[in-house]
Amino acid sequence: MSLLHIAIISPFLLAILVPIFYKLFKQVHTGWFVLPLPILLFSYFISYISNVSHNRITTESISWIPSLGVDFIAKVDGLGLLFALLITGIGSLVVLYSIYYLGKDKEQLNTFYVYLLLFMGAMLGVVLSENLIVLYMFWEFTSFSSFLLIGYWYHREKSRYGAQKSMIITVFGGLSMLGGIILLYLMTGTFNISEIAAQSSEILNHSLFIPALLCILLGAFTKSAQFPFHIWLPDAMEAPTPVSAYLHSATMVKAGIYLVARLSPVFAESGVWLWLVAGFGIITLFWGSFSAVKQTDLKGILAFSTVSQLGMIMSLLGIGAAALHYPSIDDSFYTVATTAAVFHLINHATFKGSLFMVVGIVDHETGTRDIRRLGGLMSFMPITFTLALIGTFSMAGLPPFNGFLSKEMFFTGMVRVLEMDIFNLETWGLLFPILAWVASVFTFIYSMRLVFKTFTGKYQPEQMKKKPHEAPLGMLIPPIILASLVIIFGLFPNILSHHLIAPVMASILPSLLNDSKEFVVHISFWHGPTIELFMTLGVIAIGVVLYTTFPKWKSMYDLHPEKLTLNRFYDRGLDLVQNGSFKLTKTYMNGFIRTYLVYIFTFFILIIGASLFMKDAFVVKTNNLAPIGLYEVVLALLIVVASITILFAKSRLTSIILLGAVGYIVALFFVLFRAPDLALTQLVIESVSVSLFLLCFYHLPKLKREESRIGFKLTNALISVGVGVVVTLVALSSHSNKLFESISQYYIENTYEKAAGKNMVNVILVDFRGFDTMFEICVLAIAALGIFAMIKLRLTRRKEG
Amino acid sequence: MKTNDVILQTVTKITLFIIILFSIHLFFAGHYYPGGGFIGGLMTSGAIVLLLLAYDMKTVANILPIDYKYMIGVGLLFSVGTGAGALLFDAPFLTHAHSHVLLPLLGDTALHTAVLFDTGVYLVVIGVTMTIIQTIGEDE
Repeated sequence: MSLLHIAIISPFLLAILVPIFYKLFKQVHTGWFVLPLPILLFSYFISYISNVSHNRITTESISWIPSLGVDFIAKVDGLGLLFALLITGIGSLVVLYSIYYLGKDKEQLNTFYVYLLLFMGAMLGVVLSENLIVLYMFWEFTSFSSFLLIGYWYHREKSRYGAQKSMIITVFGGLSMLGGIILLYLMTGTFNISEIAAQSSEILNHSLFIPALLCILLGAFTKSAQFPFHIWLPDAMEAPTPVSAYLHSATMVKAGIYLVARLSPVFAESGVWLWLVAGFGIITLFWGSFSAVKQTDLKGILAFSTVSQLGMIMSLLGIGAAALHYPSIDDSFYTVATTAAVFHLINHATFKGSLFMVVGIVDHETGTRDIRRLGGLMSFMPITFTLALIGTFSMAGLPPFNGFLSKEMFFTGMVRVLEMDIFNLETWGLLFPILAWVASVFTFIYSMRLVFKTFTGKYQPEQMKKKPHEAPLGMLIPPIILASLVIIFGLFPNILSHHLIAPVMASILPSLLNDSKEFVVHISFWHGPTIELFMTLGVIAIGVVLYTTFPKWKSMYDLHPEKLTLNRFYDRGLDLVQNGSFKLTKTYMNGFIRTYLVYIFTFFILIIGASLFMKDAFVVKTNNLAPIGLYEVVLALLIVVASITILFAKSRLTSIILLGAVGYIVALFFVLFRAPDLALTQLVIESVSVSLFLLCFYHLPKLKREESRIGFKLTNALISVGVGVVVTLVALSSHSNKLFESISQYYIENTYEKAAGKNMVNVILVDFRGFDTMFEICVLAIAALGIFAMIKLRLTRRKEG
Repeated sequence: MKTNDVILQTVTKITLFIIILFSIHLFFAGHYYPGGGFIGGLMTSGAIVLLLLAYDMKTVANILPIDYKYMIGVGLLFSVGTGAGALLFDAPFLTHAHSHVLLPLLGDTALHTAVLFDTGVYLVVIGVTMTIIQTIGEDE
């Protein structure tokens, strides 16, 4: 086990120890014991940067289930390292923040940090796994730990609702992803991503290629909250704010992005991939930013904003795939979309993390997150206000913050779609820049609402639960670090480009890198008066106008009726499934044995009858029939008459006697067909059972003892006739299809020779096949003891006295 | 009015032994002629049922102080024991052995371990039938 493996599983190991720390050191906040680990891991992963920037990939392997091709292979390349740094870096800040956010007397800190560490380890596993099955295992771990974290305040109904919703949606996607992984395995014979990617051109035309692509994308879209699966993310905001900052903005929701980026080398050649990833991304971008504007809850705004930014990264990854189709043209021209995706991934993690922490501070210090109650906090919380300002301006894409740079590159990528002539992009491609621009306007509006509605305007002390004041320093340090990163990456973007962004692009687009070339990423702050710059100016101008006139056009959101929202659709769907299955079960499981018998016999007729005719098994041969004697005819007539009379008998007594008659006729048949042992036994047993029937008849309750015929029901008649016909047909055809000679000759020859008996039936029963007899007497013994127990042990009656 | 079953009881006393003899005959003849443990056991319990019909349950319990549930157990032990006995002689389970033996009173007799097995069947069948009938009969 290498150091890398230990690094991945170390959060799980620490999670075991957390409850011990919690119990032993009551006076120390448990978070302090957790904090060193992510810092340690972060510095450990920092040490990989020099390796990765020289395109050296570290791979460590332990075998797990080698016979199934499942091994725990850890791989650090550019993409994995970027995510690992995000996870551990923001993880450290979130742990520090949570120490001040969660009070040690009020909260169950042990469970919180156990869940958080589980999540951290799972996320590291997802981004550093080379084997898809191992990746899937960690993927589900993230779903579960996220479920536990959202439901952390499980006494609130909304927390439970949000946790359940996110669980249903992400596990649905996770399972579909597992399907996609298995399809990939069927096509390539391996679970290892790099080996699959090596075969990507061969499987491109495989019939399972498109299903695998769709399944994998479904997994990625549900996890990364893409339209229409984004509905779980706003409800996940019931989690404690550190959790929202960590899981639902910086790390877990980017797992889908990671998956898309990681599997780009496998799927990106296909046009379906480009259209789906870019199309869903851009729709999500628009819908998220459009919906964010109408939110009144600060975390609601941030949730929809996350949805929209994730859509933006997703669409950039989709468009970036187009670069693969232009190998001849200078590759930096089309790869700009991928660069923008990676860069914005980093930027979003920084500013969104800090914004969540800011919102948490506001919530913590005022007692409310409702934008209508807040206002005028600027003078009370100057530091928080500054942090919020940096975060939101970066989110809106204003200079000099890093959001501006990635937004410019985003526009560049979208505008270049117009120059592409593949996969019908020349006709429908125009939608991409237009939607991107409109969405950016909305992004601008909600960003401004977020910061100015909270910190400026009228101060309403009566609306707030606490008197607002500045947060403690420990709570401010993490957002300060993130906000300073926002500024540093904004002013000096190229400190990232060579060491981090270029290697990540090498992992996403490996096929463009032949002959040991490297991606040259240079992010320039000022790129001249291009169309992108005018688009940004337009965003700011229109955005300012729309923001100031927001109360006038607010009613536009009411046009969209509540009934047609996706949430309502989800709730209705869940209800429909539950009620539907309940009703369905109630219809066919009605509790009447007669109904179940109808099902059983109907299926019997259908299955046996259909297979009899579909396999051409129905044959009648008359060559080996025995001659029919007079006695047989007479007995057969008698038994038919007796059986039919039972059906029409009015009294039950008649039925019992007739049943006895049938039994005795059967005994006579045994005599006629020369089976004396059977005849003897049948006679005695029939007498016994008839007397038992009479006993039952005698004890029928008087109230319901009406003498009536069996009521006629057409279904019952049809089914019984059908069963009779099917059984007869089967008997006839099996008699006509004798494949082997009987083995009875052996018994005839050896009954006396080997077993010293002359009664062959008895010798078979006790000697040749005595084993069966032994268990048949066991059956009898059990029956007798059962009757004894049923009659003697009547606990209810004894209780009643 | 108290019924007087003197005819039934007298006839029962005579027929009982005939039926039991017949059932024992059926049991022992089983290996050569129709019969065997099963039908023999049913016949014997038929005789006891006749006794139950002629007299009441207490009287029969005095005449035959047997717990039929134990009889089932003993019967099962006989059958399984016969089967397991074969293992002592390094033969597969339920291998039977037979030979002709010169017995002091009966002379040349064919003995067969299958009879022991059948005895088990016989006892179980009597036990089962009598348990069922007694339990139902005693139930109020």
